[in-house]
Amino acid sequence: MVAIRYVLAASAFLLLGFGLMLIMRWQLANPGAPLPWLAALFGESKMPGGIVLPEFYNQLGAMHGTIMVFLGVVPLAVGGFGNYLVPLQIGAPNVAFPRLNGVAFYLYLLAGSVMVGSFFLPGGAPQSGWTSYPPLANIAPLGQTFWLVGIVLLAVSSLLGAINLITTVVQLRAPGMTMMRLPFFVWAQLVTAFLLLLAFPPLEAAGLMQLMDRLADTSFFMPSGLVVSGEVLDLSGGGSPILWQHLFWFLAHPEVYVLILPALGIVGEIIATNTRRPLWGYRSLVYSVIFLGFMSFLVWAHHMFLTGMGTVLNTFFQTTTMIISIPSVIILTALLFSLWGGSIRFTTPMLFAIAFLPMFGLGGLTGLPLGLAASNIHLHDTYYVIAHFHYVVAPGTLFALFAGIYHWYPKVTGRPMSRHLGLIHFWGSLVCMNGVFLPMFLQGLAGMQRRLYDGGQIYAHTENVVALHGLIGLSAAGLGLFQLPFLINLLISLKGRPSTARNPWRATTLEWQTASPPPPGNFTAIPQIHRQPYEYSLPGRASDFTPQSQPPAAASPGLADSP
Amino acid sequence: MHNVQLGIWLFLASEVMLFGALFAAYLLLRVGAADPWPPGATILDLPLGLLATFVLILSNVTMVAGWSALLRQRLALYRPALGLTVALAATFLALQGAAYSDAFGRGLYPSTSTFFALYFTLTGLTAVHVLGGALMILYLWASGPGFWKRAPQQLLHRVEASGLFWHFVGLVWIFLFPLLYLI
Repeated sequence: MVAIRYVLAASAFLLLGFGLMLIMRWQLANPGAPLPWLAALFGESKMPGGIVLPEFYNQLGAMHGTIMVFLGVVPLAVGGFGNYLVPLQIGAPNVAFPRLNGVAFYLYLLAGSVMVGSFFLPGGAPQSGWTSYPPLANIAPLGQTFWLVGIVLLAVSSLLGAINLITTVVQLRAPGMTMMRLPFFVWAQLVTAFLLLLAFPPLEAAGLMQLMDRLADTSFFMPSGLVVSGEVLDLSGGGSPILWQHLFWFLAHPEVYVLILPALGIVGEIIATNTRRPLWGYRSLVYSVIFLGFMSFLVWAHHMFLTGMGTVLNTFFQTTTMIISIPSVIILTALLFSLWGGSIRFTTPMLFAIAFLPMFGLGGLTGLPLGLAASNIHLHDTYYVIAHFHYVVAPGTLFALFAGIYHWYPKVTGRPMSRHLGLIHFWGSLVCMNGVFLPMFLQGLAGMQRRLYDGGQIYAHTENVVALHGLIGLSAAGLGLFQLPFLINLLISLKGRPSTARNPWRATTLEWQTASPPPPGNFTAIPQIHRQPYEYSLPGRASDFTPQSQPPAAASPGLADSP
Repeated sequence: MHNVQLGIWLFLASEVMLFGALFAAYLLLRVGAADPWPPGATILDLPLGLLATFVLILSNVTMVAGWSALLRQRLALYRPALGLTVALAATFLALQGAAYSDAFGRGLYPSTSTFFALYFTLTGLTAVHVLGGALMILYLWASGPGFWKRAPQQLLHRVEASGLFWHFVGLVWIFLFPLLYLI
């Protein structure tokens, strides 16, 4: 099944991206200290005697970002969770275009192979950051061309995936599944698909133009009279490096919401199930997600306050950025209010979902000073930015994805996961995540720049915070260790005793009203939908949950609970 | 609405964003250019471009004729109309090739100036779209009769979707031609 393939491939990429980061963290905590056993893997040209070269550090950084965003989190959240759950939750036998979906997966895999394979090229992998800003990216070694080819392939892949998902939701809903009866997760995926559909093409255009710059010597992004290594480049010039930034962030800001929205959807499902209460403010959540999706196209240049685009544009993008925080706050508040008065079951997925709320909240709130042009001047390109967006994506989105895996693993495999290993994974990850990212706020506020090969050892203004790299490095290593119980859990639970319960969490949405794992065609008969997605603990009902497919006449629930 | 119909409209929406970004790039680079922008007609072969435009518009007409013939179940008209569309698409590509070799012959390459960078990138991407659309229509032309016997409704959907794509490509050219040749 395509969704499972996405999950496996994306997880492998996530592990790889994490591994690259560990090498960077080693270098930052112990600049110049050798890692001889890794030298054999990467070769003398990158790590002579096991010491990370500055160029190699840049490759690690660029590839860490690229892999985590484009090859890890998005394919896992959209390709994996979206593909698996959306047809099930809307009562569809399959997606609308299964063959397109398959092609999209292989294009993604090809793109990932091209990008990661660039490590073995002369000159190594791309080294201009995941943002690939010209003119630097234009004159970088061959790896950058591979990156661009990968991005164009990924754009086509996510285009096909998005068309498939939107068509599935619009066309294949089971009878009675109105738009306002869709589970919140489906809404989040639908808006995400629109973002991918409309935001990726401009980056594809930019990628084609940078390819032309690199391969056909055009000057789309090259200004006149550019001097490299003391010589004026022989180019027609007249291009604009800022044009790339506009086109890049026109994708990459909506991409932030592509990373977040599926996570919010997952957390919503898990909170409703484990508080035994309807999700608080379902309609506000839906409207907020739609508004968020719309606004995400109007905030991109808040990444570019320091490019000198002028106070008028700065003010415009600062205002839209403040406006977009409103629906985000509504969503987070509604999820928080959903906990109020619930009889919370502290299952492993619920622990991750609860931890998501303050972690994501911290990530979101620390974004406000970055969104205001005045404070951005101080914080721009410092470790504060790194801390901010990692809180959104790492203890934020990744925790939601962990929660989702624990929550739906019994559906996919028909077997429960170990709670003990889950608890070790959760508490270890929670402590270590904060050990990694909290100190970065301090470093950033002190003015430590990101992308420094030695972590800022030579600067006087960072001397008080440079030692924190040691703590961060240890926490990162710990974070890696605490993923072992998770991986072991995934594997040994596969061998566990099959559970016969199709609905172990006693949940209302449709995916739990079919066998675990679902049969071919998802349902033995096309379900008929009679009610809202989250009818938990309604007064006068015999059971504390009423599945969406349960007819109004049937007074006795629990039917869905039998095998 | 059926799945293919919705799918193709979504695809076209993303195509609008793709070409929209390129048109925006054109605008930004032209507004920011230090040197005066060359009027396209003085450095490109205008009659050749005009002929290519005419050929592409004509191919859109034959495409509609093919779809409408299929709708009225007149297979005898459907095949020549689609065949003509493919032939016109090939003519367009040949004219495009002639325009390129004319430019190359005069020492004008993508690296010559920002104008030519845009000219070759925009027309090249359009040519790729024309090629892709022509291959799709060629497939529908070749498999038409058998397809019609097997699944007439499905064939109609595919011809409709290919037609929509074809008209989109024509529309892009209608914007592109004045942008590059006239203003």
